[in-house]
This record gives sequence, structure tokens and C-alpha cells, in this order.
Amino acid sequence: MRITRTGRRGRRAAALTTTVLTASALLLTGCSSDSGSDASDSNGNITLTVADFGQFGYKEADLFAKYHKLHPKITVKEETTANEQDYYPKLLQQLNTGSGLADVTGIEVGRIKEVVDTQAAKFTDLSKTINVSDWVSWKEKQATASDGTVIGAGTDIGPMSLCYRKDLFQQAGLPSDRDAVAKAVAGGWEDYLKLGEQYKKKAPSGTYFMDSASAMYNAVVSSSAQQYYDASGKPIYKDSPSVQQGWNLAAEAASKKLTHGLAQFTDAWTAALRKGSVATVACPAWMAGQISTNSGDAFKGKWDIAKAPGSTAANWGGSFLAVPKSGKHAKEAAELVKWLTAPEQQAEVFKAIGVFPSNKGAYDLPGVKNATLPYFNNAPIGQIYADEAKTIPEAVLGPKDATIKDTISTQINNMEQRGTKPADAWKAATEAIDKVIG
Amino acid sequence: MATTTPTRGAPTPPAGGSGAVPNGRGTWRSRLWRLDDLASPYAYIAPFFLVFGAFGLYPLLYTGWIALHRVEMTSLSTSEWVGFDNFTKILQDSEFWTAVTNTFLIGVISTVPQLLVALGLAHLLNYKLRASTFWRTVVLTPYATSVATAALVFALVFRADGGILNWVLHFVGIGNTDWGNGEWTSKIAISVIVIWRWTGYNALIYLAAMQAVPTDLYEAASIDGATRWQQFRKVTIPSLRPTILFTIVISTIGSMQLFGEPLLLQGGTLGSTGGNEHQYETLSIYLYNYGWKLGHLGPAAAVAWAMLALLLLIALINLIVGRFLRKSAA
Repeated sequence: MRITRTGRRGRRAAALTTTVLTASALLLTGCSSDSGSDASDSNGNITLTVADFGQFGYKEADLFAKYHKLHPKITVKEETTANEQDYYPKLLQQLNTGSGLADVTGIEVGRIKEVVDTQAAKFTDLSKTINVSDWVSWKEKQATASDGTVIGAGTDIGPMSLCYRKDLFQQAGLPSDRDAVAKAVAGGWEDYLKLGEQYKKKAPSGTYFMDSASAMYNAVVSSSAQQYYDASGKPIYKDSPSVQQGWNLAAEAASKKLTHGLAQFTDAWTAALRKGSVATVACPAWMAGQISTNSGDAFKGKWDIAKAPGSTAANWGGSFLAVPKSGKHAKEAAELVKWLTAPEQQAEVFKAIGVFPSNKGAYDLPGVKNATLPYFNNAPIGQIYADEAKTIPEAVLGPKDATIKDTISTQINNMEQRGTKPADAWKAATEAIDKVIG
Repeated sequence: MATTTPTRGAPTPPAGGSGAVPNGRGTWRSRLWRLDDLASPYAYIAPFFLVFGAFGLYPLLYTGWIALHRVEMTSLSTSEWVGFDNFTKILQDSEFWTAVTNTFLIGVISTVPQLLVALGLAHLLNYKLRASTFWRTVVLTPYATSVATAALVFALVFRADGGILNWVLHFVGIGNTDWGNGEWTSKIAISVIVIWRWTGYNALIYLAAMQAVPTDLYEAASIDGATRWQQFRKVTIPSLRPTILFTIVISTIGSMQLFGEPLLLQGGTLGSTGGNEHQYETLSIYLYNYGWKLGHLGPAAAVAWAMLALLLLIALINLIVGRFLRKSAA
């Protein structure tokens, strides 16, 4: 055996290498990026950045290009974070440090209360630019701070429906026509579970009745005025009837194995949609876009949309656009927000991906009233949602709604996937939520 | 660089008995010299201490301050003194102890195989090889990739549904492993990412140390009739002992900070809680979730300090073990 020889010098070299490597290891820290905004050149051309999450539909409806055509000096750049749970902490950090903020930022309904309560001073009062009474009234209330400033413009609301796979329903011997499906579940979510049991008996192999029981849970909770907090701001989720009802239904779905048990918006979930192994999804309006994007062309026309079980009027999700005061072009940004949330533009987005307008003025536009979604077998979504939108209860929001919802969803997933006993899962959920509320 | 000599700084020799200074220029120069002697060393080392103060010490102390206050992500400007509440809060949290156990377990199942393989690799690389520089570079490549890239690629490999690994395993009839969701499989998956990234790095450190072992030792050993294995065990390993100790310390620190791999294995909400039932939640993930996802910075800072305490504890154990080993070797 021959060892390459280096001798004494080698030892010093080795020591040096070691030191250098150590130093480099210790210096290897994270990196951060700062998205620059507020660019403007000598000709007065400006770039406005819009930070949002998930799918706001502006790209799909080509609205930013249109805005540029109307205002040649303004270019709009969109920065989208896929997952809202990643987006919001980043937004809070940017608000804290005052740097990296976009000119327009999206805020989800589960967060709006916390932002209104703690960050209102950092946002422009949009009621000066926009006629806020155009929106459905509860949407306006949600974005209004205690001093009367309105910090967010409603982009959309999430009225509930049921998305289902027509072809799978046929194969399983269930009614597949959208009115017949609506009738079969007319009694509410209990009927939905009964339908699931029927489906399971003749389910095409490898398919599941629903993607996740947590989706059903959310649909149930979001149909109630009282959710996780009471009007005085006290968390009451432990005794909230809607939480209990949703939880029990989810536990039942899990024990009867009617669900695929996939946490929504994860890779596994999108993969299941792509493979087509999910027969129904509790479907707030914006979910249609998620389904069509993730399922892809292979399932075009195989999906359909029916009224939600029990004709539930619910609002799940929906967002706001806010304008941070720190932006250099806050005025232009507010104008952009006004334009984006105007009836005509909301109608465009609705037509493109089914995200439902929050602006009442849009409901009577023919583009909304008569809208159908080709991907979903030309389901008349305009009709389905417009009636419902008028009867959605005014939900009491709390600062940690979104995190509480996610925490409970995780435990529902545990019941589905790991067979965790409902009592244990509930205990784990309450412990985690107590930490959230902190 | 050792440039100063003891004589240079010495005061100028007294001229005459009066002690009067011959000319002003000389005094000025000698003062400058003296100042140079006194101050330059500090100036030379100042950059390190300034950087360390700004990016090491200050954050450390500030974190300690936050750990004793109630500070919310939503209102950073307001804080309320709570004493050691944050510490009792995390110490009473079962999730914290899960995280401690996970960090420890993942640390062990990633560090031990990693260092053993590295030792073997270093031994192989130490032979006279054709294109040895090429091989050494190859071994170091995983280290040069970013954590995020590595973790994301491995996340695809370990995916339950349609992952490459499960596809390969299904040929032997065990392709249904839900890697991310299993209590142990998730820990193994994370360890594999860590091992993949760091083995080459450690191998090169060992290689450097091996090349510093005097060849006469091996010659003497082979004259005494020692086999290669005996040479490896009785000559190489003992000579490498300080280096091995060093890599253990570095790997321990590394596994204590394990963050990117568990965060990205499943991603999303699952990532930031370390899995559905915290099955692969490490201390860093716990800290991140508490501070950034839940927005309570006080307990998060307390976790940071708890991690420091744990590291110091491990360092202490290391020191004792090292001393014991040296004694028994002597």
C-alpha cells in the first residue's frame, strides 16, 4: 500500500484546510432576497408590484397587460407565492422591517382581522379612493379598522358548491346530472356522507369519494356566522357548534374511509387531482381554478359543479388587496386596486378561473350572471353562486382564524391517514391551538 | 505575519544625561512607533470582533432579551416583561421534547453512518489514484449544492405517490412506504439527505489529516508485519483522533441546526410543523414554527437559548470524553 507522502508541511496544510473549511461551514448561513419595487425612470414610467398568493386570476384574465394599455406609463409586476401559509409570515416580516413590501399586497380573509387589529396604521385608507359600499357588506366590515379606515379592497368571496367527477359518479352508479346530484345531497352534509357510502360500494378502483375531510369541515364551519371567536374577540372554538358539527362529520368520514386523506394544496393532493383519483371536492368558487389547473387537460369536461350539500350558503376564503403606506407610488397603487376590484375586472377574473366577485355591481353583469365554466362541463357557475352570495352569513372573524383552521385540518388529516382516534386528535388540536392563541 | 521585533518598540536611547529629547521629529516618530506597537494588533483583529459583535454577540444577547419578554410578530415595537415564562412554556410543551428527541435521533442516524462512510472514502482517496483531483472534487460536489435544491430533489425521490424510490422498491415488493408520514421512515429520509450532502466534506477533512500522517509509521508497521487493516486501525485512526473529534463537533452543531431538509421534505404546513404528528420536527423547525408561523417570538427565542444550552452540554460531554480518550491513549 502506498500512501502519498506529504510530511510536516502536509500537517500544517491540513490544519489550515481544516480551519478554512470550518470557517466556511460556520459562515454558510441563509440568504435573503429583497424584492425591489418602486422603480421609476426619468420619463415617469413606473413599475407597480403586486404580491399575492395562490391564484388571484389576474394573469389568467390578462388584466395587468390591459392596465398597461390603459396607462402606458405603468407596468404591473406580479409576485405570487403558491402557499398562503408561506406568504403571510413574509408579509408580516416586511411590514415590521418596512422593506421589501410590494406596492399592492394580497391579504387572505383568515388573516384580515389580525392585520386590521395590529397593522392598520401601515396601510392606505382605501375608502378615499374606492366606493366601499359597492362590496357585499360583510366584506367591507372585515377590512375596516376601529378608526374607520378601510385597509383592504375585497377581491373575491368564496361561495360554496360541490365539484364532482361526472364520469366517476356514472361508473359508481350514482346520479351524475348536476341537478340530480344537488338533489341527492339536498339534506346537507350528512347526505353527502351517505352518498359517499354509496360511492364506496361501487367505487372505480383507486378512487376516493372526497379528497380530504378537512375540506368538508371547512365548508361546514364557513357556513356559520359563529366560527372560532365570539364578537368580543374571545376564542370560543371549543364550544362553537359549527366547529363541533364539522369535526364530527370529518371524524365520521374518516372512520368510514370515504376520503383520500390528503392535506389540501400539498404535492400529494395535486398529484391525486392529476391522476384523477378524487371524485368530489368541497368547492368554494376559487377552488374550481385549483382543480382545473392541477387536473389538467385530461379531465376537461369530466368535472362538474353542483350546488353545495343542503344548498349551504358559506364563504370560504376570499381575499383583499391592500396598499402599504410605505410604497413610493401609493396613490397609483390605490388606483390600480380600484380598477382591479371594479365590477368589470372582477367579472373578467370570474370568467377566466371562477373566482367569484365581491363587488355587488358585478352580479348583474351578463358576464357573471350567465357565466359557465367550460372545464366543468359548462357548469352555470354564475347562477349557482349569485343566488348563494346574497344569503351568506356575516361571519365573526378572529385574528388567528387561519392558523386555527390549519391546525384543525392537520388533526383531521391524522384521523384520515393514521387512524388517530377522534378524541386524541381533538386533544392534540386544542393543545396546538392554545399555543397558537398563546 | 510577525513583523514587529522587541527592539523596535523600545524607547529611543536617552541622549546625554539630561534626558532631553534631541529633536521633535524623533519624538513624534517614536510616539508613532509606540502607538503602532500598541494599537496595530488590535486594529488587525478588530474586523473579526466587529463582525462577531454585530452578527454574533448582539443577536445572541438580543435573543436573550426577547426570550424574557412577550413579543408578537404582529407588534414588534411593543414588548412586555414576562420573566422566565417563555422558558417554562416551552419546557412544559410536549412538542418541545418531541423536537429534542427527534433532533437527537436524526443527529445520530445521520452523523454516525456519515462519518464512517467518510472515513472509508478518505481511505480510498488516499491511495495513489489516477485523476485523484477529479475524484476529490466529485466527492465534494454534494456539499456545493444548496440545501433547498437537495431537499427538493430528495422530496421527489421519497414521495409516497410516484416517488422514484418507491418505484424502485416496488420491484422487490415493498413500494408502498409513505416515507414522509412514518415515524422512522421520515427520520431516515432526512438523514439520507444529510448524509448525501456532508459525507464528501468530511471525507476531504479526513483525507487532509491522513496525508499528514508520517509515512515512516506505516513503513515501521509493515516491517513489523502489520496487515493493511491493522495499519488502518492502529496507525491511521489514532493519528486521526483529533480530526475525528473535530468532525463530530461540527456534525453535532450541524444536526442541531437541521432545518432545510425537514422543512422541505413534505413542504407546506406539514413542513413547518415537522409532519402531521411532529414525527420529524427538529428544534430549528419548532423554533421557526413558534416564531414565524405562530408569530410568538418570545418562546421562539427561548427555544434558541435552549438550543445553545444543549450545544454547550454536548460540548462539555465531548470535552470529557476527549480527555478520557487522551488519557487512555497515553
